[in-house]
Amino acid sequence: MSLEDARAGTLRHTPLIDEHRRLGARMVPFAGWAMPVQYAGIVEEHRAVRQRSGMFDVSHMGRFEVHGPEAARFLRYISTWDMTRLATGEGHYSAVCREDAGILDDIYVFCLEADRYLVVVNASNAEKMRKWMERHVSAFNARLVDRHASTVMIAVQGPQSLELLAGVIGRDFVAALKPRRCGETEWRGRTLFASRTGYTGEDGLELVIDAGAAPDVWQALLDAGVQPCGLGARDTLRLEAALLLYGNDMDEDTNPLEVGLDWVVTTDDGADFLGRDALVHVKEAGSSRQLVCLKAADRGIMRPGCPILSSGREAGKVTSGGYSPTLSVSIGMGFVPEEFGTEGTQLTVDVRGKPLDVQVVPRPFYKRPKRA
Amino acid sequence: MPSPPDLKYTKEHEWVRMEGDTGTVGITDYAQDQLGDIVFVDLPSAGTTVSQMQKFGEIESVKAVSELFSPVSGEVSEMNTTLADQPELVNDSPYGEGWMLRVRLSEPSEIDRLLTAQDYDEFTAQEDS
Repeated sequence: MSLEDARAGTLRHTPLIDEHRRLGARMVPFAGWAMPVQYAGIVEEHRAVRQRSGMFDVSHMGRFEVHGPEAARFLRYISTWDMTRLATGEGHYSAVCREDAGILDDIYVFCLEADRYLVVVNASNAEKMRKWMERHVSAFNARLVDRHASTVMIAVQGPQSLELLAGVIGRDFVAALKPRRCGETEWRGRTLFASRTGYTGEDGLELVIDAGAAPDVWQALLDAGVQPCGLGARDTLRLEAALLLYGNDMDEDTNPLEVGLDWVVTTDDGADFLGRDALVHVKEAGSSRQLVCLKAADRGIMRPGCPILSSGREAGKVTSGGYSPTLSVSIGMGFVPEEFGTEGTQLTVDVRGKPLDVQVVPRPFYKRPKRA
Repeated sequence: MPSPPDLKYTKEHEWVRMEGDTGTVGITDYAQDQLGDIVFVDLPSAGTTVSQMQKFGEIESVKAVSELFSPVSGEVSEMNTTLADQPELVNDSPYGEGWMLRVRLSEPSEIDRLLTAQDYDEFTAQEDS
């Protein structure tokens, strides 16, 4: 059999590379970075996040601050969601589109103060987004500050995370962070940013702090009992939660409306933003395809690129797919024509020549239980 | 840990254990460790003909799918049906309960083309360096 070559040549390192090595992580190249794909094993790490608490080094994700009196207006101009609605301490997810509505990236924007925002972008798009924002920010009384290299970002996710984080970064601070809210506090003399957000379907926080404090924060979280988790579990967790992955489920040839991101497209404020006219047109004309959730009815695992068949004819392709540790079956997402998008529709995925029966199921595959 | 000395190996990380004219086939401890959590093994049923260094099946870990190559040629006399429900046996016991096929060899001399345990361990040490 062939084993993937996981050697990491001239890749960028996050400030936590030594911690990952010390913990025996298996490192893989990802978007130009050497990143841990697993420590103890993907399934064990997946379960740690679903049942207890796990942490991910997500420092490879791009981080920019936008400063200035027109920061909000600039962010509204490049976002499909109306960022001028954000009050201090609030955050929102959005798409960034080209004029033709093709998705350049999906981002999270946090309002730190009225004239100071944090923008988190995908690692694979960080350079493209830096250039895109630099090009457009010049028309506004605002400026871009690249915080990618100077900070570390750690996602702490899972039902016990808030309790464990309270002991590490401060009980009152953590208690005040409602879902999708953010704030800043001081941790050992440095500013620590935290937001009640994530990419796993679980509750938890995402932290940003100066790179110099990275090993100390990581160690403090380890000491508190948070399990280190790699990109492998991050992918299985986000797929169960049916959260989209840029490059798989969307790209520049995809518009937000056909991937179910209509809730981040606000056109009712009348404001001009990049992609607005094209999005209004798509809204009126409708989409010819839609992204659906697929669950396998049998053994066999759908992977990205597998054709989706209806009555033997190709209807689309799987964009994300794999094994769900929670459901013990293969799950995936893929594009199909509108007529095959109804829940309960039976389809077949061609897994390298072998048919795998699948069903269109509601989104997401996994929803966290309500806890008392 | 050194690989079991009584087995023969391929550079694709399969092993074969010979007993009379029948070889038991599986994947190595090194391979299962690299693959991580194994969730599905697709094997040929008894009666199927396999050929040395030709694909005989697929193994899926949470991460990815990999092809399996037969270390020997012959007819499959038995497949490990337990792996359908417990694919994790390949992780837990790659040289024992995680075996995959028993093959009645049609070309027993092919065994000489395979790696010894020492050769295989040197090969994987290079892959890691």
